[in-house]
Amino acid sequence: MVNTKIANASRRSFLQGAAGLTLGFCLPAIAAPAGAGKAAAPAGQPFEANAFLRIGTDDSVTVIAKHLEMGQGSYTGLATILAEELDADWQTVRLEGAPADASRYNNLFWGASQGTGGSTAMANSWDQLRAAGAAGRAMLVNAAARRWQVPAGEITVRDGIVSHRRSKRQARFGELAADAAREAVPASVVLKEAKDFRLIGKQAPRKDSVDKTNGQAQFTQDIQLPGMLVAVVAHPPRFGATVRGFDASAARRVRNVVDVVQIPSGVAVLASDTWSAKKGRDALQVDWDESRSFKLGSEEIVARYREMAKSPGLVARRVGNTEQAFAGAARIVRATYDFPYLAHAAMEPMNCVIRLSERGCEVWNGEQMATADQSRLAAIFGLTPEQVRINMLYAGGSFGRRANTHSDYVVEAAQIVKAIGGKAPVKLVWMREDDMRAGYYRPLFHHALEAALDAGGQLTGWRHRLVGQSILLGSPFESMMVKDGIDAVSVEGAANLPYAIPNLLVDLHTPKDIDVPVLWWRSVGSSHTAYSTEVFLDQVARAAGKDPVAWRLELLADHPRHRGVLRLAAEKSGWGTRLPAGVKGTRRGRGVAVHESFHSYVAQVAEVTVAADGTVKVDRVVCAVDCGIAINPDNIRSQIEGAVGFALSAALHGEITLKEGAVVEGNFDTYRPIRIGEMPRLEVHIVPSTAKPTGVGEPGVPPLAPAVANAIGAATGKYPDRLPFRAEDLRA
Amino acid sequence: MLQLKVNGQPRQVDVAPDTPLLWVLRDTLQLTGTKYACGQALCGACVVHVDGVPARACLTPVSAVAGREITTIEAAHQSRVGRAVQAAWRKLDVVQCGYCQSGQIMSAIALLGRQRKPTDSDIDDALSANLCRCATYQRIRAAIHEAARSLA
Repeated sequence: MVNTKIANASRRSFLQGAAGLTLGFCLPAIAAPAGAGKAAAPAGQPFEANAFLRIGTDDSVTVIAKHLEMGQGSYTGLATILAEELDADWQTVRLEGAPADASRYNNLFWGASQGTGGSTAMANSWDQLRAAGAAGRAMLVNAAARRWQVPAGEITVRDGIVSHRRSKRQARFGELAADAAREAVPASVVLKEAKDFRLIGKQAPRKDSVDKTNGQAQFTQDIQLPGMLVAVVAHPPRFGATVRGFDASAARRVRNVVDVVQIPSGVAVLASDTWSAKKGRDALQVDWDESRSFKLGSEEIVARYREMAKSPGLVARRVGNTEQAFAGAARIVRATYDFPYLAHAAMEPMNCVIRLSERGCEVWNGEQMATADQSRLAAIFGLTPEQVRINMLYAGGSFGRRANTHSDYVVEAAQIVKAIGGKAPVKLVWMREDDMRAGYYRPLFHHALEAALDAGGQLTGWRHRLVGQSILLGSPFESMMVKDGIDAVSVEGAANLPYAIPNLLVDLHTPKDIDVPVLWWRSVGSSHTAYSTEVFLDQVARAAGKDPVAWRLELLADHPRHRGVLRLAAEKSGWGTRLPAGVKGTRRGRGVAVHESFHSYVAQVAEVTVAADGTVKVDRVVCAVDCGIAINPDNIRSQIEGAVGFALSAALHGEITLKEGAVVEGNFDTYRPIRIGEMPRLEVHIVPSTAKPTGVGEPGVPPLAPAVANAIGAATGKYPDRLPFRAEDLRA
Repeated sequence: MLQLKVNGQPRQVDVAPDTPLLWVLRDTLQLTGTKYACGQALCGACVVHVDGVPARACLTPVSAVAGREITTIEAAHQSRVGRAVQAAWRKLDVVQCGYCQSGQIMSAIALLGRQRKPTDSDIDDALSANLCRCATYQRIRAAIHEAARSLA
């Protein structure tokens, strides 16, 4: 998505200061604090500098986080940006989740919507929170200048202490907070130059490490309210099935079960505790109406997609004339790739707590789409959005699942509360199997590629056809991101292929009769397009007798940031050196992939060992990332490490399978994330940059599977054409 | 009424005897640091110690642990090894979403309790029952080595 607000020149002006280039901001860009416009705060009250910053008289610095912390370090990153410009003492900085309020807390890349996703938290907050921190600092300085009767320009701030050297006076933030609250909000602020950063680019420790290592971190699953009931739901065995009738007599006999109610998505059993609700749910007899349920299996869907791939789809990108290029080719290389449905399978299964009162509705959730969920809840309860108050909690992972285009589990919780007339607060808990089988998967995709090489081995043509369900059709994002029938996230990573190929055609089939709910899954379209494009390029390189790194560098002449990460990963991995042989009978190989997603660039070099029976062990992965200015380098490393493990889980094991429409996998025995022994040795190298920060939550995912596949190809001559990798495809 | 001993405190609970320890800890005793994630002893998010030995609370009937010493993440800091492990986790910023980390830490404490200088392969074996969907595994290994060094 494109940042329009900050790029808008009317919102900022560049001022050429004596010390170099500084940025002056018009402060309307910083949202006003809650209750702004009222008279100056009385003495002793905390200083609410703006919607993102509150300073207490006890020196506490509270940063209001408009983004969810679901593991990606967003809380720490947001605090780092603001605290840098505020010159706060990092030890005193704490985080608070923002309420749902798009007027102050919208994602600046998403228009009037508040939410977290698309690796945008740092990128859209960068200018906003720097300005917010600098404004707070200016007000503290002005308060000190007034109190000490000295020029503001002589005052310095460092680590939460405001000082005037000449008069040897100093004060802590807390001592100035009450006065600062009475200062005028500055009309413009001066931001630091990068050389003066004290937190950004260093290593601010995570703000959530303590609470997440002593059991105190609050997830939705942990919420307990007086009189609260826990709901566990019987869901249909197939997508589209509905309740015809049910017998709750056995469920009602379970101790502590207090109610059984039908809701649009199934039958909910409510009990005073989770275990009783689950026992009650398991004792339900439900008669499902399957007349309109979806009954195809994965194999049939794949077969259907392969058939569709034989005819042209809607054109997503066309360059030059591919027909001519292929007609005149000396050699044509072809390959197809099949990608399965994938579940997000966050460690915390989906859940939501809702309490209804006369005043409105209160929600506890690891909230990824605050204002969209808020609007849906308001509609269900006949409330205004402002009457729906959302308490932001940590999410135990999401990977896209909690940013649900239809608010599925949030709506389900609300329907239960509505069905019991709001008589008790309800915590909806999905058991692992409910979570795994609820749909909203990364869509199953089929890709077919062809490349034309001329007599000199030059790549003259590239055709790429994709077949797969759209995530955005029928969602609130449709009008923004589906153009001329092309869902932008179906073809991202393919339609914007960076390689210099004179004739290129990318087209897309979007089947509309597959009723499996689909959703973005960490890195979205790039989770499959990086694989097909990067593995195919290696197969073509092999046919043309080219080195995968050297050839990529040649084809990326106009893409310096791709080249930068590719060079760095190649150098650090020892590309071109001999890989030590494995034990007898095994085959070893090294493979590379590079991909841009979410405006960040990642290259990875994987080293693998393939056993005689075809099993794959990834020994080492060297990663290089360019995500602009590195706000927290250690968090960037952490995210790329995690992304590698997440992507490797999918490459080695990940598959949601449908059999006659029913989801086969239910738990971690059949849907297997990697375990610690499968985690490769990892190195992450960061390209120094002065560009504005871009995302790191997702961009580490796309290159991993193709880098591993290319290493497998180097080791065995076989490039896996279906995921997950299967040992039988790779036997010696 | 069942008599339990949790984190050194005697606790009486009135629950069905087949109730898994996990739900007694979480719903009855409000010790929510121990997590539910799979319910089938597949992921280790619910690891607690029973008489010092790691146990998966999601499949342990509460009646089976009556009278035994149950230790949860909330009491991890009460032992020297526990403090070392927590300090190492914080020093290396192991956590991401954090949901599985109580179980990881309880497994790590148990490992260091019986083996003061574990190798990578000892760690991989001892922690193999603990899934982390954020894949913080490399840092988990490093943090266990770090804790081992600090205890030496």
